[in-house]
Amino acid sequence: MTGTFLGMPAFPQAAAAALRDGRLRANLRHATHTIRDKRARAVAELDDWAELRAAGKAIKDHTLRHLDRYLVQLEEAVAAAGGAVHWAADAEEANRIVADLVHATGETEVVKVKSMATQEIGLNEALAAEGITAYETDLAELIVQLGDDRPSHILVPAIHRNRAEIREIFAERMAAWGRPAPADLTDSPAELAEAARLHLREKFLRARVAVSGANFMVAETGTLVVVESEGNGRMCLTLPRTLISVVGIEKVVPTWRDLEVFLQLLPRSSTAERMNPYTSLWTGLGPSKGADGDGPSAFHLVLLDNGRTAALADQVGRQALRCIRCSACLNVCPVYERAGGHAYGSVYPGPIGAILTPQLRGITSPVDASLPYASSLCGACYEVCPVAIDIPEVLVHLRERVAEQGGHPLERAAIAAAGYLFDHPAALAAAERLAGRTRALHPRRLPGPGRAWTDTRDLPQVPAEPFRDWWRRNRS
Amino acid sequence: MRVALFATCVNDALFPATAVATVRLLERLGVDVDFPAGQTCCGQPQYNTGYRQACEPLVRRTARAFAGYEHVVTPSGSCVAMVRDNYPRIGARAAADGRGTELAEAADALAPRVHELTEFLTDVLGVEDVGAYFPHTVTYHPSCHGLRVLGLGERPLRLLRAVRGLELVELPGAEECCGFGGTFAVKNAAVSAAMAEDKLAHALGTGADVLCGADNSCLLHLGATLHRRGEALRPLHLAEILASTEQHPWRPS
Amino acid sequence: MTSRESILARIRAALADPAPAPEQPIPRDYLRTHSPDDPAALLDLLHHNLADYRARVHRCTEAELPGALAGLLAERGSRTVAVPPGLPPAWLGAAAVTAVPDDGTLTAARLDTVDSVVTGCALAIAETGTIMLDGGPGQGRRLLSLVPDHHLCVVRAPGQVVASVPLALPRLDPARPQTWISGPSATSDIELDRVEGVHGPRTLEVLLVEG
Repeated sequence: MTGTFLGMPAFPQAAAAALRDGRLRANLRHATHTIRDKRARAVAELDDWAELRAAGKAIKDHTLRHLDRYLVQLEEAVAAAGGAVHWAADAEEANRIVADLVHATGETEVVKVKSMATQEIGLNEALAAEGITAYETDLAELIVQLGDDRPSHILVPAIHRNRAEIREIFAERMAAWGRPAPADLTDSPAELAEAARLHLREKFLRARVAVSGANFMVAETGTLVVVESEGNGRMCLTLPRTLISVVGIEKVVPTWRDLEVFLQLLPRSSTAERMNPYTSLWTGLGPSKGADGDGPSAFHLVLLDNGRTAALADQVGRQALRCIRCSACLNVCPVYERAGGHAYGSVYPGPIGAILTPQLRGITSPVDASLPYASSLCGACYEVCPVAIDIPEVLVHLRERVAEQGGHPLERAAIAAAGYLFDHPAALAAAERLAGRTRALHPRRLPGPGRAWTDTRDLPQVPAEPFRDWWRRNRS
Repeated sequence: MRVALFATCVNDALFPATAVATVRLLERLGVDVDFPAGQTCCGQPQYNTGYRQACEPLVRRTARAFAGYEHVVTPSGSCVAMVRDNYPRIGARAAADGRGTELAEAADALAPRVHELTEFLTDVLGVEDVGAYFPHTVTYHPSCHGLRVLGLGERPLRLLRAVRGLELVELPGAEECCGFGGTFAVKNAAVSAAMAEDKLAHALGTGADVLCGADNSCLLHLGATLHRRGEALRPLHLAEILASTEQHPWRPS
Repeated sequence: MTSRESILARIRAALADPAPAPEQPIPRDYLRTHSPDDPAALLDLLHHNLADYRARVHRCTEAELPGALAGLLAERGSRTVAVPPGLPPAWLGAAAVTAVPDDGTLTAARLDTVDSVVTGCALAIAETGTIMLDGGPGQGRRLLSLVPDHHLCVVRAPGQVVASVPLALPRLDPARPQTWISGPSATSDIELDRVEGVHGPRTLEVLLVEG
């Protein structure tokens, strides 16, 4: 991925700092609990949710297993429908391709549909360096862009902001980017949405180039699918002359029919709706190859690797590539709810981020090596995942990779000592007895690394005798 | 019926009263209980911290300790989850690494015979009223492993509802994690403490005298936080409530 | 080596598992539909679900259609109405409006000044409250149903109403550009609270025509 987040502190430090921000904690708590309950109701409406989930998992696993074949099939279908397909090994190459395509149109502005892939590669910054301004058009992305901020949620990048903060950002910053906010703007969500509508409409009407991602790509037909709510996606996909879609290679599904599974799983898991307000599906330039004036007259698909093939090589970790970016796992995660998205140091926060980021970026930086531990393994994420990614399993697997590359010396020593005791029951019993006899001397607070426990908790009182001694006295 | 008690290392060393209560409860229900002395720890803390290979001797040891028992009973949902979910994984990985199938066979042979206490009572013995008496107000925290990995569902609550004298009050946000998570409690101490704070706010809000759980690791973390804060709410394992009778009522240790 | 070749090579190397698990067929035992096979009940369900996501829903017969459209446009005060090619001329026969027909050259800027757009649709899904446009006759180019602030969509029952997503997909042509619409434009970006009305039409009216 890009350097946007380089130099981030490890997760525990960033999370501790976030926890001290009472307003952030209240914003996150309110938002995640709201959507959590709604999702549960939307899912409960379908009697066959478990079967849909199993099908979604199986389709994605099958696709990943034959990914080379399906990508080639997709490429042929897109080309046959008048689209051009480009392959980008990493962020730098993807950014280069997009910048060159924009330069070739002679334009210096692009409008953007919310896209995780372009966030991941830092496209906006790369385009800015080439003299091209990228305008985010999703409401939350607009809030982040105007606030010179970073996204903290996959679906709702400005989830860390409440309505009062958003009002302030619009009132202060919109003028610098285009049409100013109305002078009498209040913090009612309807008024804030209206301000965004007016601000962005002039950009939509004059834009000649759009950049999008895609939720799904259908190999057999060459169809791309964008799922959205606001209509900014439709504006970008329909009005400009040139459309450039940057999509991760794992977004392909084999058949048109497979959409019947994912277009049921995604909306209910994501925004907790039976169906999201707008779903756009397009195949290249359409039956007229762009001659009918419906939509763009040039379409480019940039297929992005950027670490995905490395994740694919990990037999346990590759299940993270099933992810359809619904963010249900973020909304139920007790750690995300308290730490917030920024602590994860990546555009992919929350449980899915904790297994995706270290696989895409590797585990060399302090923040990336700390991500697999950013979970109590409570399993709420796995329970809600619509494609059954066993996130706890992958977290533990990645912890193993961190431990293998050195881990923490004290921790290794403790594991070794415990390993000895637990494989020598007599020694274990002796240690337990010693602890029992000296229990009056035990402190309630520990120095050094033990402070992490005793900052908020006392040490437990050690009993006078361990259970195995009671058994020996009473039963054997 | 003869069963083996898997006391678990946490109960053996820190909560012997829970293991004693489990023995007394099972014996009261007519079950003969053995405590195979070769047992120690299931390896969960090591496994969850990323030291899979360090668990292999413990998989072997645990499987050997309980060989020959049709039923192994343990008052710890998370240790059952470790044996049921992760032992087969550890075995399969060892086999995939070319180190033979012996570990996988040991894991697969043990996993289906290990029962969490409430599963054993309701599913194997088929009882819900165990003849217990516990005249206190109780709220129940279903630990994550019991709730989501084992799918214990209503079992613990059905057992509690049948206890004479016990008033059960619902814990709001019961399904949310308490923040223990093994080494998570020290590696991410600030988040862990914040989770405990919210869990305890719910528990204290119920007005209950006792915070009941079926996993002492969660109660260790919550109890240590309550102790630091000087709260009167008492953490207590379900086995100790079910072992309590009018003749031998529970007494604080 | 091109990036295309190197990515495909990396994929093939990544998938070279020493002992791959045998591949199972994809389980498709989920339901084709969640609703009884009853056209009247399906129409009611579509009505309910459209309304639940804040579309305004009306019903009429084929004979009442021109009068109903005229009434809705008058009620809104619409004077200019964008008209896609292939819209049956009778539909707007009773409406006192200036038709702005699309011959393929209407610009977004021009559409931004019309009061309403009237379209038909390809299909509607009852269980999700979704209308589906595929650019066919009476639907037109995608921008027609996007830029005007008021979209009036006619759905003919029972022919255009299906129960579920799995029953809808086989009836759609993947080659055609499609827009699936479930209620008016909305956002949940402020505190995950749903607000209707952002960039797409802020008012979606659906006229269910029985007959």
